Amino acid sequence: MTTTVTQVEKLSAPMRLVWAWRDMKTVTWRNLLGSVRTPEAIFFSSLQPIMFVLLFRYVFGGAIPVPGGEYVNYLMPGIFVQTVCFGSVATAIGLAEDLQKGLIERFRALPMARSAVLGGRTTADAIRNVVVLVILTVVGILVGFRLEAGVANFLLGCLVMLIFAYALSWGFSVIGLIAPNSETAQLMTFPLLFPLTFASGAFSPVEAMPGWLRGFATWQPVGTAVAAARSLMVGGVYSQPDKVYWALGWSALMLVVFSFMAVRIYRKAD
Amino acid sequence: MTSELAIDARDLVKVFNRGSSVRALDGFSLQVPRGIVMGLLGPNGSGKTTAVRILSTILSATSGSASILGLDVAKQSDAVRRTIGLAGQYATVDENLTGRENIRMVGQLTHMSKAGAASKADELLERFSLSDAGNRPVKTYSGGMRRRLDLAASLVAAPPLLFLDEPTTGLDPQSRNDLWEIIEQLVTEGTTVLLTTQYLEEADRLADDIVVIDHGREISHGTPAALKAQLGTTVVEVSFSNHESADRGLELIKGLTDKEPIREGSTVELTVENGPRVAADVLRALDAAQLEPLGLAIREPSLDDVFLSLTGRRTAEEGTATEAAPKKSRRGNKESQ
Repeated sequence: MTTTVTQVEKLSAPMRLVWAWRDMKTVTWRNLLGSVRTPEAIFFSSLQPIMFVLLFRYVFGGAIPVPGGEYVNYLMPGIFVQTVCFGSVATAIGLAEDLQKGLIERFRALPMARSAVLGGRTTADAIRNVVVLVILTVVGILVGFRLEAGVANFLLGCLVMLIFAYALSWGFSVIGLIAPNSETAQLMTFPLLFPLTFASGAFSPVEAMPGWLRGFATWQPVGTAVAAARSLMVGGVYSQPDKVYWALGWSALMLVVFSFMAVRIYRKAD
Repeated sequence: MTSELAIDARDLVKVFNRGSSVRALDGFSLQVPRGIVMGLLGPNGSGKTTAVRILSTILSATSGSASILGLDVAKQSDAVRRTIGLAGQYATVDENLTGRENIRMVGQLTHMSKAGAASKADELLERFSLSDAGNRPVKTYSGGMRRRLDLAASLVAAPPLLFLDEPTTGLDPQSRNDLWEIIEQLVTEGTTVLLTTQYLEEADRLADDIVVIDHGREISHGTPAALKAQLGTTVVEVSFSNHESADRGLELIKGLTDKEPIREGSTVELTVENGPRVAADVLRALDAAQLEPLGLAIREPSLDDVFLSLTGRRTAEEGTATEAAPKKSRRGNKESQ
């Protein structure tokens, strides 16, 4: 092995951006390969929302009166949002695991972009969420869900919730970075995610909740994402265009705050 | 910028705050010329890994300075990362990827072209006898294969300086020997190596120069030969039935050589050049005094013996574990800032 001449000159700013992009792609690819190599994980992470669909469609659904007719059309956007939110937990688990196993040590000693580990993780989890959404849409259609507002609006609804879940992923990346191990990381996300998904209009109308809860359920991040998704995917009586802006606003806020926090925590060990 | 020194660390201090604050490094300095293997020898918790993590830019020092081939680890960390390779117990490989994919990934993250990373992966797999396993996920690999892959991945960019952090800890003797041969080969090709180890045997075989570290500080520095000469090459160990007879034995053995025997419990140890001859002398002396030993052994000195002779205590008495897995250190670091 010949000792190569070491490049010590600083990279130009545009070159740094190009490399940051490539590094992120490499890490994303690596994370996705990991998912593909553990198909059990994808299988079981889609199984849970499918069981939720069946549970609410056939067990509880009959007892939950909703305006505008079919409960299944009310339910599915809620399930979609719940699923992508729980899908974002993978970010916390994945980061905690990489830290635990020492892979991040290797990354830190490489001349790669510092943003690539977090960017690659959140991007890979967003792509995983797309796959799970496709599976769930098929299941939804099988149990009677209809795209009442048209395919374009349905896809727009998917886009809004994917953006929302991506922002949430950055929040969970903070948890992944501070948790002592991946099991704890997962446990730490539950007390946050549970009230947010269930104290929302995901499964039953907020109008039926007591007053003190109604305000929270309506305006908290997941609540607005559910209303936005329903507004776009079903429309009609559920049309609330302002909730789409609220959901996007929450997403932007979470993205800015959490990415700032995550990058700071990640860099601190430098 | 060129420098004669591959590593130049001065007065490094690293304080971790983990409940109580721990000084993992306490004024540690290290100068490593180019082209040699420097062995950093010490027990668990002595600060070896912390030193490597600071020198490889993973961790920042609380105070002190360090440069790698003339590049400052704190101010020019990106340039440092382009000149070093890191392998060992904590730097690791991705279990879900194949061996080939792991090396390619590191190649790409070192900013090689895709084709360049691919051909480098083939070359390294071949060289480390991993060609057949190259397309299997790493989770199917044995411990020895993982370490070889880990080492291969750290060599992707042909770094002039390589950090090997306890590269053979936990390996079986055969795998350890294989890895030693690979490291020796690298050294003949001109790579500078900083090797941390708990094994005197490993430092003896691979290192040109050894720094013994304890409590985050250098306690001895010299060639393996000098270290062993200072220590003697064999240990004669005589055990007795109780402390009293051990004390009597100690007095008898004291006069036999110019080396100082050490009593530990009911065992007396003497580190000397010529073990068998001294052992015979010991037996004659004990026999003349009608003191019967329980057992007698002649063995190679271990790191434990180096420590015993340098510090007067066993490595196992330590138990402070100031050095920990990366996760813990990382958290400690965060809290300290």
